[in-house]
Amino acid sequence: MANRRLADAHLQPKEFSFTAENRAWADKVIARYPEGRQASAVIPLLWRAQEQAGGWLPQKAIEHVADFLGMAKIRVLEVATFYTMFLLSPVGKKAHVQVCGTTPCRLRGADALFEVCARKIHPEPLHVSGDGNYSWEEVECLGACVNAPMVLIWNDTYEDLTAESFEKVLDGFANGKPAKPGPQIERHFSAPVGGATTLTDPSLYVRPSGGDNPGPALTDADAKKAAAPANVRETPAGQPST
Amino acid sequence: MLEDKDRIFKNLYGFHDWGLAGARARGAWDGTRDILARGRDALVNEMKASGQRGRGGAGFPTGLKWSFMPKESKDGRPSYLVINADESEPGTCKDREIMRHDPHLLVEGCLIAGFAMGAVACYIYVRGEFIRERERLQAAIDQAYEAGLIGKNACGSGYDYDIYVHHGAGAYICGEETALLESLEGKKGQPRLKPPFPANVGLYGCPTTVNNVETIAQAPDIMRRGAAWFSSIGRANNTGTKLFCISGHVNQPCNVEEQMGIPLRELLEKHAGGVRGGWDNLLAVIPGGSSMPLVPAGADQADTLLMDFDGCRDKKSALGTAAVIVMDKSTDIVRAMARISYFYKHESCGQCTPCREGMGWMWRVLMRMADGRAHRREIDMLMDVTKQIEGHTICAFGDGAAWPVQGLLRHFRPEIERRIDQYAANPHPEPVRVAAE
Repeated sequence: MANRRLADAHLQPKEFSFTAENRAWADKVIARYPEGRQASAVIPLLWRAQEQAGGWLPQKAIEHVADFLGMAKIRVLEVATFYTMFLLSPVGKKAHVQVCGTTPCRLRGADALFEVCARKIHPEPLHVSGDGNYSWEEVECLGACVNAPMVLIWNDTYEDLTAESFEKVLDGFANGKPAKPGPQIERHFSAPVGGATTLTDPSLYVRPSGGDNPGPALTDADAKKAAAPANVRETPAGQPST
Repeated sequence: MLEDKDRIFKNLYGFHDWGLAGARARGAWDGTRDILARGRDALVNEMKASGQRGRGGAGFPTGLKWSFMPKESKDGRPSYLVINADESEPGTCKDREIMRHDPHLLVEGCLIAGFAMGAVACYIYVRGEFIRERERLQAAIDQAYEAGLIGKNACGSGYDYDIYVHHGAGAYICGEETALLESLEGKKGQPRLKPPFPANVGLYGCPTTVNNVETIAQAPDIMRRGAAWFSSIGRANNTGTKLFCISGHVNQPCNVEEQMGIPLRELLEKHAGGVRGGWDNLLAVIPGGSSMPLVPAGADQADTLLMDFDGCRDKKSALGTAAVIVMDKSTDIVRAMARISYFYKHESCGQCTPCREGMGWMWRVLMRMADGRAHRREIDMLMDVTKQIEGHTICAFGDGAAWPVQGLLRHFRPEIERRIDQYAANPHPEPVRVAAE
């Protein structure tokens, strides 16, 4: 378990409430759940509150969400301290860097990324750099293991990093020209470097795509036969019935 | 080797359009109404006949799981389908590719599976870190609503069905099905005692089935092409195709869809460019995500490992999520496993004492063993502790944390002993602490 506490009182803002836009958004989220189950929306709402508060979750925001959902404050506080993506103390304004430090990333050289963080941002995790713009932390597996090592900054992942390309990514946030998210080497998402070894048969992709408005679902009279490829029709495509 | 035409995830790498038009061109949403028209029992039986086992780690037969749902509601409680997209097992990144590159397979699967079990709605629980992925998934769902494929009178079948995207906020334990349900209800993700099982008392106290993303995304193709096609791939009891995530010390780490039961060596050499420095440079491999015991190199071990449920079990490991973590001879194996123990220490929900206390204890002892700062007798003590955690917790998290340590001790005991002896032979000022620190 991680030991997580709210930030010190002098860091906590005096008040927090959702903007009108976020309030309308929150009402829509609550409508996804059955009546009386609005507590289900607590994680999405805390997330939005964290975004509004500048990347971290002040105590007042937690209490505001509790009031908004009609939940006991302690229940929301439990949630906020249990889930580690809720950051309970201030983070860098330009970038909060979450570096994956779990074994698959470590095997591919994540250690070098931590050295860069310690050198360029702050020696300690979860401390804001001197200029207030950057912070970093070590996080557990972020689920991009075949693109290791990788980091998550705000909403985007930067993958296949080396110390040099990671510094470039950080510099991109400094000068307002962020690097393109995804692999930072010559590579297409999770395909192997040098080109895919599978899915190379062009006949898989020959069926016309149907344009912008393909109409309702296609309705073949018969279900597909066993062992027949799903993208080939047994019968000529008729007029789709509506 | 699996032929391209038999692959289900044709846009795995995102070279093509992820949207509805592109997905239809690849065969998705083709004849969905006719599939639904076959009726609930026929769909469940088709799933049973396909022999598909859950792709999320435990490998429970999917058709059987679906059949546990009540045929009709006797007390007015609705049924729910919940999709587990909380993919957090270290080494695993397959569901991410489905959600961002082939989301319509998942959406269509949600409809078919939900219909087969009589669910009124489906919640897809995406892990918090997959921000772009859940945006993409939501966009695909919006497209499907707009085209009348889901929602009121889904696909013209007369069946009303809603799909919602929900997300977590960085808790590995929410991948455990009952913890996921707790989290979805707005609580801390702490697993529930079973029984009652979710098929009786699940989300909001209603009958619920929790399925993995890959499991459900394969369902439409199984229905379209037939159970006989799916079960003709792979070995008996281990049928079908599987997404493998190959990470660690290989030349070209990648995701790839292959048939179940492919030999490990063929998988690595065909798709991932082989082990760094050649096959002989292999030290060990974790075949199924970090919770599974490692399999060391060797003629009767990794050389002959078949990548399916039974093949991995034969080597005293498990297929899990089919996340292959490869470690070559440059790896500090004790430290690598200690880092996995740290992961479990960090992610323990804290509900059961053996897990909450045991995770940190195992990590601290392993860190000392990595340096050799331990006693030989502590190796047996550590093994004993793993046995006391395994099976003594509410959920399988305790087992999943104990197995990798057991795997290490089973196969690399001489290495740990060597480090202990080396440390003991060299004079050092600091006393060696014993385990009960």
